[in-house]
Amino acid sequence: MEKTLKRYFLVFVAPTLIAFAFAFIVPFVMGIYLSFCKFKTITDAQFIGFQNYVRIFGDSDFLNALWFTVRFSVLSILTINVFAFLLALALTRKIKGTNLFRTVFFMPNLIGGIVLGYIWQQIINAVLLQYETTLVANAAYGFWGLVLIMNWQMIGYMMIIYIAGLQNVPSDVLEAAQIDGANGWQTLIRVKLPLVMPSITICLFLTVSNSFKLFDQNLALTAGAPGKRTAMLALDIYNTFYGRSGYEGVGQAKAVLFFIIVAIIALTQLAATRRREVEA
Amino acid sequence: MKRRFVNGILFLVLCILVVAFLTPIFFVVINSFKGKFYISNEPFSLPDETTFAGLTNYINGIEKTGFFSAFGWSAFITVFSVLAILLFTSMTAYYLTRVKSWYTSLLYYLFVFSMIVPFQMVMFTMSKLANISRLNNPPGLVLLYLGFGAGLAVFMFCGFVKSIPLEIEEAAMIDGCNPLQTFFRVVMPVLKPTAITVAILNAMWIWNDYLLPYLIIGLSTPYKTIPVAVQYLIGSYGSKDMGAMMALLVLSVIPIIVFYLACQKYIIEGVVAGAVKG
Repeated sequence: MEKTLKRYFLVFVAPTLIAFAFAFIVPFVMGIYLSFCKFKTITDAQFIGFQNYVRIFGDSDFLNALWFTVRFSVLSILTINVFAFLLALALTRKIKGTNLFRTVFFMPNLIGGIVLGYIWQQIINAVLLQYETTLVANAAYGFWGLVLIMNWQMIGYMMIIYIAGLQNVPSDVLEAAQIDGANGWQTLIRVKLPLVMPSITICLFLTVSNSFKLFDQNLALTAGAPGKRTAMLALDIYNTFYGRSGYEGVGQAKAVLFFIIVAIIALTQLAATRRREVEA
Repeated sequence: MKRRFVNGILFLVLCILVVAFLTPIFFVVINSFKGKFYISNEPFSLPDETTFAGLTNYINGIEKTGFFSAFGWSAFITVFSVLAILLFTSMTAYYLTRVKSWYTSLLYYLFVFSMIVPFQMVMFTMSKLANISRLNNPPGLVLLYLGFGAGLAVFMFCGFVKSIPLEIEEAAMIDGCNPLQTFFRVVMPVLKPTAITVAILNAMWIWNDYLLPYLIIGLSTPYKTIPVAVQYLIGSYGSKDMGAMMALLVLSVIPIIVFYLACQKYIIEGVVAGAVKG
């Protein structure tokens, strides 16, 4: 059977592979090569070695974006996961209206980053206007605004995953804990938390990669203003490519660095939490 | 007794949270019905006799952005991209799982690898390549979405195909089916639950995606999608029509909420299944 199927490569694999080559394989390989080149369009590349990478470290916009992204991500990851887990605990207690609550909390997740960012831009500006200031007057407003948006958007999503995890905790294990005299807090810390570790792995992975790669919300809410002080990494790379002529190579080098950072963080985090997973 | 008391308190807290979660939506809805000069003065009051503007803002917002055309292109691109992803990646996943060879495992790992690469890494080269290859139109976008969606979709379909017993396919082969007939008549119907998950995850992403259509098609073309149209009207600070803006934001949210309420069960199940396997 395998032999007959093998002859059907063109039918089964080629369409996906052609699209994949256009969208990913060719651009990825070219991207690595071009990060060592000086170029304006992709056809006039001149090899210049590591110069683009050296220029990144003298670029205060990039360093500022990196620091902003790290602070933003740490804070969002913590708040989103804590709030989502608490909501999941509340919604697995058989309270009236659980379905309605779940529906509402999840809803913001479906709204796209651009629309979401502008909705919040309007409401935050309306509040700040009462104090005669605006969102772009101070980088701190943009920072907290982004944390708020990210929480509003992601809490429901993570809550759904935690609910599924909590519902999978076997009831006989919980009964056994009760018979052994564990109180609610002990059951939570010693029994439920270790058993929902797979959900925690997934939620951390999703929040880490979504906060680190955030672009649309950043563009819509402040577009980096004031100056470029609220621009995160993805937006800074975008600005380097399309906002500064002659910096295309630096932009590509930043993108490669960004890719390496994201890959290292994602893989380390997966490995670290996977080790803590236990079987019931 | 104690449990009922705690649940009562929790119920109240959750009710307050629901109101807080819905506030941003209410905010744009009430302001979309106010005259454009009243919005910044009294952003938190309901429209009254003087500030009420009827549907003026909606008419302005629709005219300035060509909202219905944007809705049409968003729908066109999302529907055809999702269909292409479902059809082609399920076939690819089937082939990669059933044919054991160095190149099938190489391709599998390439697809998985592409999932962790951020879009900015390929953004510039991909959009230049797409321009040279004349992919800068809606059908071209469908092809690119197939390429970008392939990673997660192939990964999820492969996971499922592995669990299908080989005997069913062998029986079909003995009955005279060629591999295409086996796939479409026997394998594809079994893939349905995974297909729903893949469809929902991709539809949510493609419908809301801004950067790819913006880079490939641009702001000033007749092929604007909804996120591009929103950015076109609102992007860049300066004087603008606040009323039309509010109306446009409401219009952009309505299709999503309608879709969500209609398919809520599938969306939530799909998201959970996608997260667990992804």
